[in-house]
Amino acid sequence: MAVPKRKMSRSNTRARRSQWKTTAATLTTCPQCQGNKLPHTACPTCGTYKGRTYRDALKTVHAG
Amino acid sequence: MPTPTKGPRLGGSPAHERLILANLSTSLFEHGRITTTETKAKRLRPLAERLITFAKKGDLSARRRVLTVVRDKGVVHTLFTEIAPAMAERNGGYTRITKIGTRKGDNAPMAVIELVTEPVSPKQAVVKEATKAAEKAAPVTEAPVEDAPVEDAPAEDVTDAPVEDAAEAPAEDAAEKKATKKGKKEA
Repeated sequence: MAVPKRKMSRSNTRARRSQWKTTAATLTTCPQCQGNKLPHTACPTCGTYKGRTYRDALKTVHAG
Repeated sequence: MPTPTKGPRLGGSPAHERLILANLSTSLFEHGRITTTETKAKRLRPLAERLITFAKKGDLSARRRVLTVVRDKGVVHTLFTEIAPAMAERNGGYTRITKIGTRKGDNAPMAVIELVTEPVSPKQAVVKEATKAAEKAAPVTEAPVEDAPVEDAPAEDVTDAPVEDAAEAPAEDAAEKKATKKGKKEA
């Protein structure tokens, strides 16, 4: 099995990891409560989607 | 070659996958609405809808085929006596998946899959009829109309064409407008 011959330097490791980036999530406004929500998803603050209510969508832990 | 299953595989083995889907469909018909991961919901939908189609047929052979998936006779009974008659007016699309965000422990995207209990809206039927009528009407009206502006265009000014349009517009189709546009371009 092929294995690396040399230990990878901290510098090289960190240079590679400098490319790990996150992107901001796209958000839309809930038509019901005007709060932020992910598109095509029930609202985490009021739990509605297209006029229907989904209690499971409500976030109590991560609220705010 | 057999057609591969659409969507991601579940569980650790084919038997496990079958059990997962059978249990999910049993719970769905028992409770009418279940919360599960998006992936499982997406795999469950075609199975659940096929079972409802069997239930709408309602004969003994259909019941036995459903029983091979949903082992609970009580749930199959409710499926055949309550869910199937409720879906009588509906042609497919018996279930609805709504995404509800991610789960706390593992950040898995969750969804609610539920039986669609609302009555079929009259709007759907009307829209279908209208589109069919438009398709039928389009080829008939297009042929004579296309000739008229093409003949007019070279002889008369462009300003004449829109005036004619305004008078005719309310009575006639979108197909005609296209035809007149063509006439304008040529002019």
